[in-house]
Amino acid sequence: MISRLRRTMLYAPGNNAGMVRDVHIYGSDSIMFDLEDSVSVHEKDSARFLVYQTLRTMDYGRKETVVRVNGLDTPYGLEDFNAIVRAKPDIIRLPKTETPEDVMEADRLITGIEEEIGMEVGTIKMFAAIESALGILNAYPIAKASKRLVGIAIGAEDYVTDLKTTRSKEGVELLMARSQIVVAARAAGISAIDTVFSDVDDEEGLIRETALVKQLGFDGKSVINPRQIDPVHKIFTPGSKEIHNALNVIEAIKEAEAKGSGVISLNGKMIDKPIVDRAKRVLDLAVVARAYNPESGEVLC
Amino acid sequence: MLNAVDREIPEYLEGYGKMKLFDKFKEGSVKDLDRFQDRLVYPNRKKIISSIKRAVEAVGLKDGMTISFHHHFRSGDLTINLVLNELASMGFKDLIVSASSLTDVHAALIPLVREGVIRKFETSGLRGGLAEFISNGMMEIPIQIRSHGGRARAIVNGDLHIDVAFLGVSSCDVYGNANGFTGQNACGSLGYAKVDAEYADHVVMITDNLVECPNIPFSIPQNQVDHVVVVDKVGDTAGIMSGATRFTKNPRDLLIARHAADVVEASGYFYDGFSLQTGSGGASLATTRFLSEKMARRDIKASFALGGITGQIVKMHEEGLIGKLLDVQSFDLTAVQSLRKNPNHYEISAAYYANPDDEGSAVNQLDVVILSALEIDVDFNVNVMTGSDGVIRGASGGHCDTAAGACVTIIVAPLLRGRIPTVCDRVHTIITPGKTVDVLVTDQGIAVNPLRPELQERLMKSGLPVCSIEDLKERAYKLTGVPREIRVEDRIVGVVNYRDGSVIDVIRQVAK
Repeated sequence: MISRLRRTMLYAPGNNAGMVRDVHIYGSDSIMFDLEDSVSVHEKDSARFLVYQTLRTMDYGRKETVVRVNGLDTPYGLEDFNAIVRAKPDIIRLPKTETPEDVMEADRLITGIEEEIGMEVGTIKMFAAIESALGILNAYPIAKASKRLVGIAIGAEDYVTDLKTTRSKEGVELLMARSQIVVAARAAGISAIDTVFSDVDDEEGLIRETALVKQLGFDGKSVINPRQIDPVHKIFTPGSKEIHNALNVIEAIKEAEAKGSGVISLNGKMIDKPIVDRAKRVLDLAVVARAYNPESGEVLC
Repeated sequence: MLNAVDREIPEYLEGYGKMKLFDKFKEGSVKDLDRFQDRLVYPNRKKIISSIKRAVEAVGLKDGMTISFHHHFRSGDLTINLVLNELASMGFKDLIVSASSLTDVHAALIPLVREGVIRKFETSGLRGGLAEFISNGMMEIPIQIRSHGGRARAIVNGDLHIDVAFLGVSSCDVYGNANGFTGQNACGSLGYAKVDAEYADHVVMITDNLVECPNIPFSIPQNQVDHVVVVDKVGDTAGIMSGATRFTKNPRDLLIARHAADVVEASGYFYDGFSLQTGSGGASLATTRFLSEKMARRDIKASFALGGITGQIVKMHEEGLIGKLLDVQSFDLTAVQSLRKNPNHYEISAAYYANPDDEGSAVNQLDVVILSALEIDVDFNVNVMTGSDGVIRGASGGHCDTAAGACVTIIVAPLLRGRIPTVCDRVHTIITPGKTVDVLVTDQGIAVNPLRPELQERLMKSGLPVCSIEDLKERAYKLTGVPREIRVEDRIVGVVNYRDGSVIDVIRQVAK
């Protein structure tokens, strides 16, 4: 059963008070306060302080809160962990993860802080962003490195630089990495999140890329502007046709089971277990996205 | 004694008495060259006059009288400053200036207030330097704020008696047939000016574009016009765009707009043939975009759109989504052009628009109106007049008129502007009473006036994020703290009329 959607994770630079204050109102599934690349070195302390205070002050309801910290190999990483674990976001996102050891090190650090402040160990979950060739090759071991890890994400800019190429609109240079991320995430039973689409005025391009990554198997995409949320949600939320098809599949199995019939068919096509599993997943997604009300049977999109 | 023509005349003559010497024409021409010039340029035309000065003399303007203007050029207005500077140089004093509204360009009138040329302003709104001047108590007599409908009512029933209306128009013929949608400096609808033209004792048309007679179609007919004066330029068309009537990219405005469109859809008043008015603010304008998507999807067409007409509304009209446009004021050049070319884009007067004494006025036919707010309090009272420092920086406009008339009055506003909460305990100035406001849409939730439980039920049924207005206020105060009250002096600098002419609030001088 799917417990929460991660179709969109909206970035807010941690040193921008206005954006930090309002990042939750736009309807993304997760909100991410960034202490890393969108914050200049001169603003690292103020961003950490602002995000810490914000998390302790604001009520974001059930919205999933994520903080992207600086890597432990930087002068800011350790202080970020020390402050942010105490502010208790749902998730800490590790940047530039290359090896399972990176994840384990962060895990040990978080455990130490949780114990120190009397927080139940394991409260804070983790997300790992993989942004290098080595990281991609280690995707599965990374995905399995900690019980705290709920998802892995690809960071495209650093990755293509590492590959010594550039990003294209079609994203052919990212194909292997994206697939590797999805396969590793699925094998580990965690979420797979795609990279940002940085041209906020190119809605068509965003839609094209999102459709591609959804087809590859991703659960969602990081977004950098609230205007990107709707188009991404539309693609990651089952549409009315998809929901009705899924309902028909489930209905057909029920009928077949009632009749004691071994073979199930719908409109002349055989229905086997993978098809049933997919239908169930569509309905699960639709329920969480409030596109389908399982009690009334109403399709709401 | 020599008289002025060098004749020896005795001072006294028996049988005649004391002789008063002829003393005229000592210097220069004695003949009225201006009048001859009129005849040369406009032969056999009696209405046309060569200067504002001569028009003023012709209509018999006196100190203390009320003169009126329209604000269809908005920030591009040149007529008001031009006429008043002329009146100042003619030595007039104590004039009452009744404009349908005033903007930042009228800061140029401050010296005339100081010199005693202008005694009082009556207007819908005020911004910029003049607004600050008045808010700081620099005028002896308080300004009087009227809504567009309230002003029309006051003119029609005589509360506001206009001695002379000076109306800048972009196209006029020698008899005074005028419109605002043709000519190089077009401003579109002359909706506010139409009322002045009909009821003022005297009407002087001021134009920079004298055209062949008859100037048809005309918005103001010749029988209402006393004189026509040609000047270099009546107004700057670019100035009518001052309200930034483009689609916003601001995600917060877009979020509010989407919710507002959802509210319209769920309100029960979104049916084929419904009617609407939207303001020109970012969120309000963007609402039209989301609404047109919904209209197309559900095959719903609006019977008419009212009010300040924008390019976005024109586009919906041209796409067949809105049947008729009733235009009291054109908000951008697309609207101006549409008024000229689209037969179902129709110019209406402010009285037809919103006179509260007229049951049939257009605002009373509105299903939905979407309005903005500087502040809204927990009783749903709205301030669109004074800022968070107490200084006048807004306009009453048609806010309270449309709110009173429409079946569903929706206010769109962000919960916070910077560190200032929009939702508060008590607004600084009430323009629109809360009892006429139905729904507040913010970026952080929607509140329905408890007077409309049926609306609340419909919105909740549609799954919209409805909460109480107190909740919204608390959410804002939690972030900003309770705002300190704006400090004011006792002195009243402005009187706010509700649309029926009663006093709904006063504006006090900001603290020194």
